[in-house]
Amino acid sequence: MFESFPLWPARASTTAAQVDALYIFLVCLSTVMSVAIFTLILVFAAKYRRREGVKAEQIEGSNKLEITWSVFPLLIFMVIFFWGMIIYFHERTPPHDATEVYVVAKQWMWKLQHEEGQREINQLHVPVGRDVKLIMTSQDVIHSFFVPAFRIKQDVLPGRYTTLWFRATQPGTYHLFCSQYCGTLHSEMVGQIVVMEPAQYQAWLAGGTPGAPLAETGATLFQQLGCSTCHRSDTQGRGPDLAGVFGRKVLLEDGRTVIADDDYIRESILAPSAKVVAGFKPIMPVFQGLVSEEQLNALVAYVKSLGQPEKGERPGIPATVQPPQPKVQ
Amino acid sequence: MSDSPIAVETHGPELRHHFADVEQQRDAASLGMWLFLATEVMFFGGMFCAYLVYRYWHFHEFAAGSRSLDIYLGTINTAVLICSSLTVALGVRAAQMGKQKLLVVYLLLTLVFGLTFLGIKGKEWYDKYEEHHIPGASFNADDIVKEYPQIPINQQYEQTFFSMYFAMTGLHALHMIIGVGLFTVLLYLALKGRYSANYYTPIENAGLYWHFVDIVWIYLFPLLYLIDRKPLK
Amino acid sequence: MATAAITQERQNYLNQSYGIKSWLLTTDHKRIALLYLASITFFFFIGGFFALLIRLELLTPAGDLVLADTYNKLFSMHGQVMIFFFLIPSIPAVLGNFLVPLMIGAKDLAFPRINLLSWYLYIIAGLMYIHCMLTGGVDTGWTFYTPFSTAFSNTKVVEAGLAIFVAGFSSILTGLNFVVTIHRMRAPGMTWTRLPLFIWAHYATSIIQLLGTPVLAVTLVLVVLERAFHLGIFDPSRGGDPLLFQHLFWFYSHPAVYIMILPAMGVVTEIVPCFSRKRVFGYSFVAMSSIAIAVLGFLVWAHHMFVAGISLYSAMVFSMLSYLVAVPSAIKVFNWTATMYKGSITFSTPMLYAFGFIGLFTMGGLTGLFLACLGIDPHVHDTYFVIAHFHYIMVGGAVMGYLGGMHFWWPKISGRLYPEGWGRLAALIVFVGFNLTFFPQFILGYLGMPRRYWDYSHSPEFQVLNVLSTAGASVLGVGYVLPMVYFLWSMRYGKLAPDNPWNAAGLEWQTTSPPPTFNFEETPVVNFEAYDYEHIPEPEVAVER
Repeated sequence: MFESFPLWPARASTTAAQVDALYIFLVCLSTVMSVAIFTLILVFAAKYRRREGVKAEQIEGSNKLEITWSVFPLLIFMVIFFWGMIIYFHERTPPHDATEVYVVAKQWMWKLQHEEGQREINQLHVPVGRDVKLIMTSQDVIHSFFVPAFRIKQDVLPGRYTTLWFRATQPGTYHLFCSQYCGTLHSEMVGQIVVMEPAQYQAWLAGGTPGAPLAETGATLFQQLGCSTCHRSDTQGRGPDLAGVFGRKVLLEDGRTVIADDDYIRESILAPSAKVVAGFKPIMPVFQGLVSEEQLNALVAYVKSLGQPEKGERPGIPATVQPPQPKVQ
Repeated sequence: MSDSPIAVETHGPELRHHFADVEQQRDAASLGMWLFLATEVMFFGGMFCAYLVYRYWHFHEFAAGSRSLDIYLGTINTAVLICSSLTVALGVRAAQMGKQKLLVVYLLLTLVFGLTFLGIKGKEWYDKYEEHHIPGASFNADDIVKEYPQIPINQQYEQTFFSMYFAMTGLHALHMIIGVGLFTVLLYLALKGRYSANYYTPIENAGLYWHFVDIVWIYLFPLLYLIDRKPLK
Repeated sequence: MATAAITQERQNYLNQSYGIKSWLLTTDHKRIALLYLASITFFFFIGGFFALLIRLELLTPAGDLVLADTYNKLFSMHGQVMIFFFLIPSIPAVLGNFLVPLMIGAKDLAFPRINLLSWYLYIIAGLMYIHCMLTGGVDTGWTFYTPFSTAFSNTKVVEAGLAIFVAGFSSILTGLNFVVTIHRMRAPGMTWTRLPLFIWAHYATSIIQLLGTPVLAVTLVLVVLERAFHLGIFDPSRGGDPLLFQHLFWFYSHPAVYIMILPAMGVVTEIVPCFSRKRVFGYSFVAMSSIAIAVLGFLVWAHHMFVAGISLYSAMVFSMLSYLVAVPSAIKVFNWTATMYKGSITFSTPMLYAFGFIGLFTMGGLTGLFLACLGIDPHVHDTYFVIAHFHYIMVGGAVMGYLGGMHFWWPKISGRLYPEGWGRLAALIVFVGFNLTFFPQFILGYLGMPRRYWDYSHSPEFQVLNVLSTAGASVLGVGYVLPMVYFLWSMRYGKLAPDNPWNAAGLEWQTTSPPPTFNFEETPVVNFEAYDYEHIPEPEVAVER
């Protein structure tokens, strides 16, 4: 708005306008309420100041007034609550086909890896108009991924994934801040989100050394770590077949049903006994301490890519990635 | 103040002057003690919450850890504490009836039971030390892992079980030690004839404290020792 | 009335006995209140000093005044000192200790020796914390989030945690004393509905202290155990869950903010009727709203965790409950305003502080609506918006309530009058300085400036508002120093105070200024309502310097 004295950051995402609308409503509401109370007090102070011969009138109360000024605010609060809830649900429900970027936070930098393989440090290049989902974890303490221009924030935790999504609407460079205190250089753990026009973004993708797509790295690891010995696509596997597992409901041996999301896959690698699939024995070895965060991300990306034929059409993922052939026992 | 005729009434030395009468004093002391126990419930409650969350998430590790605890010593300790609560209650009764010598006997017995509990607990902790089950740098749950070839035990979560075990039994033991200290003081004062049928409030309130610490153990015992104790398949 | 001749030789709690032992071994609730007054004022200035350094650093975008580690310790210790060693004790331990027995017509609190123990625990905690500060301090933020605090920080986390643990017990014992006293020691005829609302406020506060503080205590114990013995309770690399820490921590720390504000609300509820010469509008609603705040305050803790990784549905529930707890606070503001309606209002210093409180608490409370809102919080969480919000409530609210109360009851406590002109000036300076310091921070926060940032050189656009804020802080500082000076001055040179300089209602004003050691010559018998201003004449002249 005001160029020299801005009251809010640039609006660069689909969420930003929604958040600002609610914010402005609340600012107006608060201004009205504050002015009302201040005015009443000032008027009463002036009108009812102590004067010779005028006594105060003892008023015990008024149940009607009390109910009124309890119920009315409550109703307004409920409006604010519902409005905010809708925005929150929307901004925390990533679209199904969002492009994924894996984020690993550590003291005191951001490491990002695109699905296509590009790695970035403290910077994230994204095209305008694309849904981008961040799958984030921390290597050490709690951090928080905050982009004021997008009006979004999510704590990044060690030991599990948290997610955040956005769709940028305006090209430009925007602040990325770490907003959960994380030690000495917390205030230096800043970066930029670089939003580009789609053509420029493609050019950026093509330039530089991309490295292997994440899922391909994962495929290699899957072999190297021996996962393919048990997780086979034939009935010989001592572990469940992983093709198409991502996003599906899984029945566990203790009767629970869970959705196989990023965290489920991650947990199954690090602590397999937590959720054992029905019909299988709990014999998978524990990989806690044997894989790094980046390797975990690659494995998760690989498992997600299995058995999804439309993967080949998605930008960046070569259609030639095949599930590995099980080793002959 | 002292000129007021109302102040001149006979009362024992126990009546503190900011109270109107002994009954008010006793009421206040009793309410105070119950409120203090409420704070203790919240104190242990926080830890019980943490325990319940981790047990739900890591049931196998908790069950395995639970089975590695000595159930015989745990049961004996439970019996010891229950007996000590009995002697406490009987001691309060003795004080109520003005039976000084009996009070001393029961206080002494309570102390014996309390110290027995602490001794057995010490032995249990020592055993855990020998088995390398104390969390920290030297933690090693290989023995537990070997016991359950069918279930991959995550040693980190096993350490969580033992962390909760030591935190909970440690805080409980600390409260027991405070209780033993309290009762030692009471014993000393009882021997000097401080308590009578007219004034035994400290015995009553310390008794409440002791019962509370006992009840915490009654919860701790099944939660820590009795997870999934049926025979293994 | 400002009439009867006041002989300086009359015995009161101050001159009844002399010597350091008579103070350090006292069980008189009034002397203990003064012991607390001295101690918390000391810590207020330490916390204020840290704030000064923080604001000075933030004058420029670069981190050029202190090292990053030093800055991180500054904001952590500013928070811990101000919350645990100043705000939480302040009104209850000073004004509450002094006034609760007087207001209910009792000779002392139920457990005077435990009261003294409570002060000694506070002192021990204070010494532990001072030692911690002098030997390296703590840099985890006041919130001790794991795993940073248990596995990564290189500072004295264990010492700080233990010091706060001990301070917590001081708080619990104060609460325990108040609850038993209010239940069991009321004078004949002092029914619950005749109690001053200051008492209701302290009763509600004490319930929170009793039930909430132990949870913080056990959480700190677990943090200390984890850090000292490498247990795995909150550290994910050792099998723990950092969110469990946050839930346990906020379960206390949210109700803690109500411990800090409810007593101040109680003070305002005594001042406004007195200077409007009217009973409180809606006595039972105000009383019940204190209880409602205490109860509902326990149900909203996870609104500090909307972006921490909790589920959507949890967030929804906690947001809804947070709106519910706003209602009783709103009721109080409306009732205070209505009390002034058709009153006969005078503008002595306590009333000016009450005005300031109502205005600033309203603004702070309204900004709470922003934070409780799931649509807004993800943007402003952990930014200066939050800092502005809670300073509006804790400084604009609680501290102004505290200062207002100190001025209102100063004649009773010290037997002297403070200089009224200086009092009004200081109140004005505090109000102006406060707004200048903290209003820009709302804007800073929405613009995206994160909190706990030592250096913002990547975002120099934040500088102007930071400079404004620091300028305001210097004004605010002056406003705080003034009362210290003139209160001390008045103890020697102030005019002697009559028993009831304000012609206020309340049993505390029926005894001498200062009161005798046992409070009342004769136990009062109560057969009148709490704010019986109908039958109390106005003071003849406004109380002058």
